[in-house]
Amino acid sequence: MYKIAKEKLPALFQLLANEQELILPIKNSGQVNFGLWDEEVEVDLTALNSVKSPKDAFFPQGESLYTCKKDGKKIEIQQEELRDKDFVIFGMRPCDYRGVEVLDKVFLVDPVDSYYQARREHGIIVTMACSEPEETCFCKVFDIDCADPKGDVAAWLDKDFLYWKPVTDKGKAITEKVSSLFAESDDKAVETIQEDIRSIVEKLPYSNLSLEGWGAGKTDEKFDSPIWESFANSCLACGTCTFICPTCQCYDIKDYNTGNSVERYRCWDSCMYSDFTMMAHGNNRTTQMQRFRQRFMHKLVYFPTNNDGMYSCVGCGRCVSKCPSSLNIVKVIKRFQEEGGKAN
Amino acid sequence: MSIENKEFKPKIVAFCCNWCSYAGADLAGSSRLAYPADVKIIRVPCSCRVNPMFILRAFEKGADGVILCGCHPGDCHYSTGNYYTRRRMSLLFSMLDYIGVENGRTRVEWVSAAEGVKFSTTMNDFAKTIHSLGENVRLGDIRCKN
Amino acid sequence: MQELITRGKELLADGSVVGILGWKEGDFSYNPEPAFFQNEEELDKFIYDGFCGANLSKFMIEASKKEGKTLVFLKPCDTYSFNQLLKEHRIDREKAYIIGVGCSGKLSLDKIKEAGVKGIQKITEEEDKIHVETLYGDKTLNRSDVLLDRCHVCKGKEHRIFDEIIGESKETNDKDKFSEVEAIEKMSSEEKFLFFQKELSKCIRCNACRNVCPACSCRKCVFDSNKFDSAQKVNTNSFEEKMFHIIRAFHVAGRCTDCGECSRVCPEGIPLHLFNRKFIKDIDELYGEFRAGEDAETVGPLTEFTFDDAEPQEAVERG
Repeated sequence: MYKIAKEKLPALFQLLANEQELILPIKNSGQVNFGLWDEEVEVDLTALNSVKSPKDAFFPQGESLYTCKKDGKKIEIQQEELRDKDFVIFGMRPCDYRGVEVLDKVFLVDPVDSYYQARREHGIIVTMACSEPEETCFCKVFDIDCADPKGDVAAWLDKDFLYWKPVTDKGKAITEKVSSLFAESDDKAVETIQEDIRSIVEKLPYSNLSLEGWGAGKTDEKFDSPIWESFANSCLACGTCTFICPTCQCYDIKDYNTGNSVERYRCWDSCMYSDFTMMAHGNNRTTQMQRFRQRFMHKLVYFPTNNDGMYSCVGCGRCVSKCPSSLNIVKVIKRFQEEGGKAN
Repeated sequence: MSIENKEFKPKIVAFCCNWCSYAGADLAGSSRLAYPADVKIIRVPCSCRVNPMFILRAFEKGADGVILCGCHPGDCHYSTGNYYTRRRMSLLFSMLDYIGVENGRTRVEWVSAAEGVKFSTTMNDFAKTIHSLGENVRLGDIRCKN
Repeated sequence: MQELITRGKELLADGSVVGILGWKEGDFSYNPEPAFFQNEEELDKFIYDGFCGANLSKFMIEASKKEGKTLVFLKPCDTYSFNQLLKEHRIDREKAYIIGVGCSGKLSLDKIKEAGVKGIQKITEEEDKIHVETLYGDKTLNRSDVLLDRCHVCKGKEHRIFDEIIGESKETNDKDKFSEVEAIEKMSSEEKFLFFQKELSKCIRCNACRNVCPACSCRKCVFDSNKFDSAQKVNTNSFEEKMFHIIRAFHVAGRCTDCGECSRVCPEGIPLHLFNRKFIKDIDELYGEFRAGEDAETVGPLTEFTFDDAEPQEAVERG
């Protein structure tokens, strides 16, 4: 365990950024999002959640796959190069880290997504415990301990110090490079922080949320419930929940004509959009109810069915605070609990 | 390849209405009046066919300036089309100025079928303005630049 | 609030309406959701408080397709949107029973959080104060400091269309609606560009601004067309978001009632009303003052013209 005084953090960032790209929470026009560090930016480590989840670092909202250039009768195809340089992503929350583990289940199984894999291999994750969990948090429901973050390096923040604990080999290697700034520390301070965090987590309104009735194999029970319709009536069909979510992984592949070449790129898709999974024959989810159901069934039923019971919700609470119509996964879980019995 | 040696060759898109301005361009041609080769004409049935999206699209694909030519107010082939154009473009151009696109990059001119000379002087003048403004970097898709 | 519920139950019971569009209480004090109530029992969850900012007039488009009348609760500023939709024949007046509800300004959760509030447990409203109980201690805020931006340029307490009115309204207007726009107009071209670049670079293209907008009522949006090769789901570079936001605002120019929903729902807090208000300001200055939604008849400024309108160049250079 190491520690570094808070006022020395800019020096740490500088040192990290000298060697590789450094991505961390940055405040821009009032909002905190993950972005590339430079001396100009305003780093914000106190914001609990960035607006957009840090999954961008591994699975960007838009990325070019390859470009086709036409020269006379010849067509030249240039593949986008895979990431070959290391980068550090600093300040991911424990729930965000679980989000990455969820993405791993999708992109690192056969057929492996090479773009994602390259970023995963070169990314060094420094996670940070949540010093001040909020009412929207429910990571505990998914057995995430926000006082004890996983990752290559785990970090804790208190009033004066940042505590730094390398976990994996990658984490140890990066620690060595910056260890000149660190002082040794015992575990006591961190234990105090952890106690504080856990005592607050106990008090959070969502910490006792029950997932009973959800999980692998529950498709038949939930699929035809009339409850979905009551939600879909108020859903605006915007993509806010899906685009700020740390685990939403659907994407679309599109072509862009630049005038002298065609660029094939992929971008996040949202199951809330009317053209989601549009195929030549049309769309297999024609109503908002079906699309709305897809999102929550995917997170709470389909994904666990295919991944040994692992939910693809991490309880970060982003959709709870950002949905324009105040609909969210917690309301879905609760309403099924309240009305589930009489629905059938 | 050095960038300094590369002479700036602006791309200018001119939307011309079929009935007046396009015929005006024709007359300019047949009268052997010169206008810059940087100007690419797109013929539209009426100036009010030009959706604001067309203008933005031209910029997206790499235009440095966009000019819209139609019949003089009162002379529209469809009676009133250009009056609507006038309101729409006033608002659009004002918005472009508001978000920081140099206001010389967009223009509306009324050119009749008989005004070959006006067509040529307008285009020469507009090309000169765009030359002095330089490349459009504030409103374009970088993927279209190379 | 109880009065609203009672009246709603009455109307349901005597069969004058078959459904009710209102707000349903959430699990926190600040997250009610717009909801469609179909029976008296459901109405027990009806709520109307400072967090019921959502404008329900757009939901009337769907409700108009249903059999029978729907009771809809509209705040004074929502009635402008209702009128506008009526003008465009998107909703059916015969299908709506409008109860105008009183409004004394709606609250912004974002502003409450900006004031340093974390871990909200309960929020109670008083006349001009807001009490917030949190996991990290209690706090009292001035109501006027945490009002939605749009309430500072409140259109007034008058309902423009209604069948009956329940409750008192209070004007919360304390700012000039064009002051923000004017401040930007005074910037240099470079500054304007940087300002919007910074704001719009946050855009995640979730389309919440478009989908919530009561004026955006096209069945299929041009940005959802698969014939349109500009990305619709992602900003691949800085052009996309500009294109989207300019066109979004342009398509509602002359129809936008300045209800402020776009800015309210933006997850990234982009001041989207700045686009709409610029168009409103230009329209007012160039073609005479016009307020969309004041009534359901007046022809809009972009579907009308006069012979001596300003030329585009003059319009831009007017300063």
